Amino acid sequence: MSTPANDGTQPRGIPTEGTPTEYDPTVPEVDTSEEHLAAIVTNEEILALPAEVSGFGAGNVGEVILDVKNLSKSFGSVHANKDITLQVRRGEIVALLGENGAGKSTLMNQIFGLITPDTGEVTIKGDKTPIKDPRDAISRGIGMVHQHFQLVPVMTVAENVMLGHETTKGGVLDLDTARQMVRELSEKHNLAVDPDADVEDLPVGTQQRVEIVKALSRKVDLLILDEPTAVLTPQETDELLGVMRDLANGGTSIVFITHKLREVLAVADHVYVLRHGAVVGEVTDIANTTTTDLATMMVGRSVVLNVEKDAATPGEVVLQIENLHVKDDRNLGAVNGFDLQVRAGEIVGVAGVEGNGQRELVEALAGMRKVVSGTMRLGDLDLTKANPYQTHHAGVGHIPEDREKHGLVGAYSIADNLVLNEYDQEPFAKSGVRQFDKIRAYAEKLREEFDIRSSGVGQSAGSLSGGNKQKVVVARELTFGPKLLMAAQPTRGVDVGSIEFIHKRIVAARDGGAGVLLVSAELDEILSLADRIAVVHGGQVVKEMPAEGADRAEIGRLMAGDH
Amino acid sequence: MAAWIQRNKFSVILGVVVLVLAYIYYFSDKTTALSMYRYAWTYAVPLVLCALVGVIGERSGVVNIGIEGQLLVSAFAGFFGAAYSGSLIVGILSGVGCGLILGGFLAWTTVKWRMDQIIAGVVLNIVATGITSFYYKPGQLLPALMPHWSIPGLSSIPLIGEVFFKGTGVIALIAIIAVFGIHFGLFKTTWGLRTRAIGEYPSAADTAGINVITMRLVNVTLAGALAGLAGVFLSMDSTSSFERGMSAGRGFLALAIMIFGAWRPLRAAAAALFFGFVTAAASQLQADQVINVPPQLVGTLPYVLTLVVLAVAAGRVRAPGAVGQPFVKEGK
Amino acid sequence: MSVTPEPPPTTAPTKAPNPPEEPSGAGLFSLILRRQSIVVILVALLGSALIGAALIRYQGVSPWYAYQTIFKEALLVDGGLTRTLLKTAPLILTGLAVVIPLRVGLFNIGGQGQFVISAAVAGVTAYAARGAGFGALIIGLLVGVLVGAMWASIAALLKTWRGVHEVITTIMLNNIAAGIIWWMVTTGPGAFKNTSQIPMTGPIDKAAWMPTIAGIPLGFVIAAALAILCGWMLSRTTMGFRFDTVGKNKFAAGYAGIPINRVILLSMVLAGGLAGLAGAMEVHGVMHHFEPAIGGTLGFDGITIALLARSNPIWTIPAAFLVGILRTGAAGLQFATGIAPEIVDLILAITLLLVSIPVLGRWIFRSRADKVQAAATSWGN
Repeated sequence: MSTPANDGTQPRGIPTEGTPTEYDPTVPEVDTSEEHLAAIVTNEEILALPAEVSGFGAGNVGEVILDVKNLSKSFGSVHANKDITLQVRRGEIVALLGENGAGKSTLMNQIFGLITPDTGEVTIKGDKTPIKDPRDAISRGIGMVHQHFQLVPVMTVAENVMLGHETTKGGVLDLDTARQMVRELSEKHNLAVDPDADVEDLPVGTQQRVEIVKALSRKVDLLILDEPTAVLTPQETDELLGVMRDLANGGTSIVFITHKLREVLAVADHVYVLRHGAVVGEVTDIANTTTTDLATMMVGRSVVLNVEKDAATPGEVVLQIENLHVKDDRNLGAVNGFDLQVRAGEIVGVAGVEGNGQRELVEALAGMRKVVSGTMRLGDLDLTKANPYQTHHAGVGHIPEDREKHGLVGAYSIADNLVLNEYDQEPFAKSGVRQFDKIRAYAEKLREEFDIRSSGVGQSAGSLSGGNKQKVVVARELTFGPKLLMAAQPTRGVDVGSIEFIHKRIVAARDGGAGVLLVSAELDEILSLADRIAVVHGGQVVKEMPAEGADRAEIGRLMAGDH
Repeated sequence: MAAWIQRNKFSVILGVVVLVLAYIYYFSDKTTALSMYRYAWTYAVPLVLCALVGVIGERSGVVNIGIEGQLLVSAFAGFFGAAYSGSLIVGILSGVGCGLILGGFLAWTTVKWRMDQIIAGVVLNIVATGITSFYYKPGQLLPALMPHWSIPGLSSIPLIGEVFFKGTGVIALIAIIAVFGIHFGLFKTTWGLRTRAIGEYPSAADTAGINVITMRLVNVTLAGALAGLAGVFLSMDSTSSFERGMSAGRGFLALAIMIFGAWRPLRAAAAALFFGFVTAAASQLQADQVINVPPQLVGTLPYVLTLVVLAVAAGRVRAPGAVGQPFVKEGK
Repeated sequence: MSVTPEPPPTTAPTKAPNPPEEPSGAGLFSLILRRQSIVVILVALLGSALIGAALIRYQGVSPWYAYQTIFKEALLVDGGLTRTLLKTAPLILTGLAVVIPLRVGLFNIGGQGQFVISAAVAGVTAYAARGAGFGALIIGLLVGVLVGAMWASIAALLKTWRGVHEVITTIMLNNIAAGIIWWMVTTGPGAFKNTSQIPMTGPIDKAAWMPTIAGIPLGFVIAAALAILCGWMLSRTTMGFRFDTVGKNKFAAGYAGIPINRVILLSMVLAGGLAGLAGAMEVHGVMHHFEPAIGGTLGFDGITIALLARSNPIWTIPAAFLVGILRTGAAGLQFATGIAPEIVDLILAITLLLVSIPVLGRWIFRSRADKVQAAATSWGN
């Protein structure tokens, strides 16, 4: 408990309760008739068992299927999981709640055999044999849908689904059977997918359905879903929650990893809250629990769920984008006629499902991607053909989406990373020779100011935690005094303390007169931080609206392309 | 079949055109055409085999820059194995064995120890040069020539039969079988599906229960046998002697051919034949005094051709997604 | 909120003038821990010396006697040290020709080709410029640098323009260079008719020879000075920062506004220039004419030297000196024992193998860090 800046009144990444932006996921009504449930069971054996064992039937919970006792795992000196004990019963949806880095995925990767626990015992259906690898986990009835989809992009849906349990006819792959299987499963569980589509051509929402179909194509008793709603629109989320409920009624157990409180309350039967690798709370009485209770458990202190900021006082236009067209890596149109203005002293939030051209937009603005047509201007300066060097020195700060790839050189010291795009400027270099004393002094100052937790500015950036890495990037991009700040997913994979800090600095930059373009897949972040919201779909702005009083459900509809 | 033709329209048309032209030339000047085609095929055999080594490796996610070294050591081991033991069989076996051993070495260092694949391959080449130049003894002879047969029936087909099945050695035949076999295996069997998965997106294969590490080890090691055959072909079949550095960059030509062939065995074989034909045509033109270029410069033609082919092919073809990256399992 | 304990820094920063505190503690063990990379190299060298000893033993010669002969021949006999330094000079440069692109993430296998083609053109030019006295030396060296730089830039341009991997292109360029130089000295512009059977270019003027002053060849001084200059450039200048950034994270370099293609081209031009200078120096300082065998394996030895030096320019000097000793001493070894001088190829190959295997460091220190990896290269882009 040592975040000095934290006096309990600072902005949070956690959504507000009772504000106009409130949105409750609604689990669609699911068919609970016996015939329907019998048709969708993922393991036929449970039909023979009594409901109190199998969990079959709406609202029924059966025997313990997964029993984790005192499990611990460390990576070097970091304790990813500490003495975790939990149980999952048949036909039950168990939510594993915790903020980024709390150890949820590590825990489930151990259940799935991807990581070997240091100590502790995992019992599956009464069998205590340690899980060797994913093959072993699959054969024991565990299926997992990973946060980063585990699909081979150049293969078809059917090939992906059959991978690892192929059917053959006389030694030749039998794709027809696989196609048939995909069609049946997609019909049975209401997961529309085309077996012959190439995975790389599919939108993320569909890729996720492929992942679920893939998991269900093996006999699963326990389905683990790792942050499944991160890439979905609110409407798609509702549909997914319905599918989960349906499966649970049919006797399949589901572990639902998430940090979204409302989804937990909407669908879970049982909640375990993880913090710093340990189980810090367990909730079974979902009906009488509020998001505030869960948030408090998750973060470890009572949280005020509001970003504190004054009303914006927008000045002249700093960024003017007109009819911009940009292509993606596969040479397909990603940004298709984008128009947007950002004024000095305001935060414009770009809301949209990932993969709707946001990445390409930001990269084009940063000079890292070629513009096909259209213009973008920073004040009077035309940046349409500028390279990253020119955009930076024109006054564009850029917090890149992928900080490990673009934002940092992991092998470099913090100091070198803090001058990554100013290394050749006075006073950090004089006639081509670097001035290490100046760099060091500057780095020391920023380390202090941005609270970068490290052993010194000589520590390699790659060895920092996610939050501190991001603070290095934020420090660099804010300190040179940008006219425009582009922040792409600025708090992804960052702990709550750092989120607060970063949000505060972004608001401070705005108050200092910078225009801010905030791109985030977290609608909550946009709603709480932005002054104006631009909803994008298919590489275009489909609607702009003031953040004040914005309707979550409407934004969700717009994000899904319904406009 | 119709669907397959539809999908590969361009290749099919090109193939038919090339074949028709080849036959036209064949019927207009039988002797010269045949000798050129045979020269081209002899030139192409080790390239085809080595390109297959590259295809298997890269489809599994491992770059094999060390094919050159595998080729050289196998040629060396094959020749001296046969010369010292007096048995061609022993020679072939020791050549293939060395290909396997070096394949295993490359696989182990890159997959198990996660050594940089490029560096590992270059090291392998330098080690190969060191071994073969130190232990080289001049003046050795093969106990006998490699046997050549004509396949009854097939060998009487005009052109195709005469080039591929008349007076052909066992390694050239194996090369033909290997091209079709590996193409079929890669795209039609469980092994192929899994191999493509581990080279394209290994963690997806891993979570589907496939042992990425083992599969990469086995694939890269076994592919070494083909490089071994190619080496044996060089020193025992197409010639009957071993010279220092006799691989002469063929391992690298094969990689270019693999890229030109878009990591597909059939296309790679076609590309190798193209290389062989260009080389044959150049030396034919040289011999006919049609062109007057010093022989030393004509000798550089395959290398120049490789640069041109790579410059043209690069950007048009897509390499397997995970090629060059070691597979790391966290927390194991 | 508690702070997760930070893992200790895994790589010592190379840029800061005052490095942060290293693991404290006195004694040999902590010294060894601090200098892991050097210890790994020494173990690798020792290992290859032992394997080499076994190979020599197998040839029926006492390894002790063989190594003694090599060192005596290379260092102690009259003029031995000069000969060794003469050999070391081009090795430093071909080593640098690998080191500099390696820092940018490129593996330049083409030192050999850059070396021989520059030597050939420099030899022809210097022969043509005979009568120009000392001027012919300057012209010859400049031509060598230019030709090497141009030859290497072909690979760089194919890389930046078409994305062709530099390992394949540089190897192809080596083979093409070999064809061209043979043509040059047999039927081409450099052919010089003389009594010997070896095709070669004409002899250059004595005035254009590179001098040896007080037993130290000028070429060695130049090469060592260039190594130090390269070291300074890489560690202290903005250009060096650009090089390292591209090598360590190409994407971040692009994000930071570093012109990646220009850096790649520049690194290869520098590399080619250095290898080309080595070629010209070999003509002016050693052979005094050009013949195809001039290169030997000097270009390929550069790879071993670069990896032994852990891609640090200054360390190429001792690494090249060691290789120079072996190469110089090998001739005496053959005279004394009949062992073919190719034994050095084998020993160097084994050294390279041991140096480049990342697990060696892990075995010695039981650490999982792959520090030993000298470079990250990428395939196809």
